[in-house]
Amino acid sequence: MTGWQTLFYKEILRFWKVSFQTVAAPVLTSVLYMLIFGHVLQDHVKVYDQVPYTAFLLPGLMMMSVLQNAFANSSSSLIQSKIMGNLVFVLLTPLSHWSWFVAYVGSSVVRGLAVGLGVFVITGWMVHIEFVYPLWILVFAVLGAAMLGALGLIAGLWAEKFDQMAAFQNFIIMPMTFLSGVFYSIHSLPPFWQQLSHLNPFFYMIDGFRYGFFGQSDVSPWTSLSVVGLAFVLVSTIALTLLRTGYKIRN
Amino acid sequence: MSALLFQDVSKLYPARQAGQGTFKALDGINLRVEEGEFFGLLGPNGAGKTTLISILAGLARASSGSVQVHGHDVQADFAQARRLLGVVPQELVFDPFFTVREALRIQSGYFGVAKNDAWIDELLHNLGLSDKANSNMRQLSGGMKRRVLVAQALVHKPRVIVLDEPTAGVDVELRQTLWQFIAKLNKQGHTVLLTTHYLEEAEALCGRIAMLKQGRVVALERTSDLLRSATAQVLRFKMDGVLPDALAALARVTGRIVQLPVHNAIEIENHLAAVRSAGLVAEDVEIRQADLEDVFLEVMNRGQSEASK
Repeated sequence: MTGWQTLFYKEILRFWKVSFQTVAAPVLTSVLYMLIFGHVLQDHVKVYDQVPYTAFLLPGLMMMSVLQNAFANSSSSLIQSKIMGNLVFVLLTPLSHWSWFVAYVGSSVVRGLAVGLGVFVITGWMVHIEFVYPLWILVFAVLGAAMLGALGLIAGLWAEKFDQMAAFQNFIIMPMTFLSGVFYSIHSLPPFWQQLSHLNPFFYMIDGFRYGFFGQSDVSPWTSLSVVGLAFVLVSTIALTLLRTGYKIRN
Repeated sequence: MSALLFQDVSKLYPARQAGQGTFKALDGINLRVEEGEFFGLLGPNGAGKTTLISILAGLARASSGSVQVHGHDVQADFAQARRLLGVVPQELVFDPFFTVREALRIQSGYFGVAKNDAWIDELLHNLGLSDKANSNMRQLSGGMKRRVLVAQALVHKPRVIVLDEPTAGVDVELRQTLWQFIAKLNKQGHTVLLTTHYLEEAEALCGRIAMLKQGRVVALERTSDLLRSATAQVLRFKMDGVLPDALAALARVTGRIVQLPVHNAIEIENHLAAVRSAGLVAEDVEIRQADLEDVFLEVMNRGQSEASK
């Protein structure tokens, strides 16, 4: 294995060794959402004409799990290594900032997809769901996870304490995922909140992902792809710059 | 070409609080370590040893000056420089997710060294870790974790080995194992840069020594020349009670053992007379040659009296 492949492998091994906590627990959380919201709202919320609420909810929950866990992977790995001091083992190596980026973001994508798939495997039988455009599903899942993995990298480099990381997660990531249309179509919102939702890049990830299942969405998948792609490039540029300059890790 | 070359290396830290000036951790360090040398870097806490090593290893950046490893600049050509370096960090750090063997395989992989198990086994054997290969890092004692740190630094067979206080808080057995192994590697041609507070170790191992104080090199000589340069011998005795202030200012006191630098017979007589007049009895009196610790204290104090002038 080359250098970046080893770091990628190590990062996968890291979460896989505690998969009960990193994969099984978030799957369980989503399953509970699915059971409770599905049960309570099934007959009250109508989203698209042909689509029952639980079927609408499932892709949203899958994507929410993908995003949150991709973020959690790179961010928690980095902050733990920084606080434990074992980041030095990677800092002493000849690995370039690109190697770090690919390894940390890549492993975050793997964990995000593993959890998303887990949610589908456990709850998929509850609803009848189609895969109208599987390629769109894959594209949005991978791109969304990569964007959150890169965002996690930035948060992991920036945070010096666990409570700073928790603040990042609870005050930025959580609200943005919850307010992105996981549980509802934004068309059901008052105009002001609709407008606001359009400024949230997470909305486009979930909307585009859902388009892959139903062939229907709030905005065109191409628009979503552009927004998510642009957000990924922007976040990646910042993450790569921080890695190249050794922000808070080399000094 | 030198194994290590430090040219005019300075490191400034910005003021922590408003009103404080910047802190100069390193102040124009010039050092050259030749290939195959066993080189000691000594100095009190806060002298800048670890900062210098951090700059060498790419863990920090110099504010000015440059550092090269076998001609490769540690910033501009960092990948090549780091391939040539094996650094044992001072802090006892470990990755709790892995076993010893996993940690070593992963570390090899970072350097692009595949199928490294033969060398890993040799490292484990030489460092007395063979029976811990499959133990999780969390289960190891402090001394065992320290051995793994050494092994991790050596997985890629670096030409230059940097040890930052590797024997701090380590038992006698490990120290001996470690030094035997490092000395063997040094004989095979690996360059060694060592910082330690155990001056006996430095005296026994290092061919050349640099002493750092407040970010400056205050002595740089062959170890044998340093020892010869000692201007004093040492009067050593045991006693119970409190040493008079005038003597206490000069003495190295370890429990009952008192050691005083002396230059001639008159000084010896005066010191012993001072002890007697304080109502104390000096036992097991002897006079010995100065060791590195005496030279070290002399150099450090010399700096102090010069600074106060």
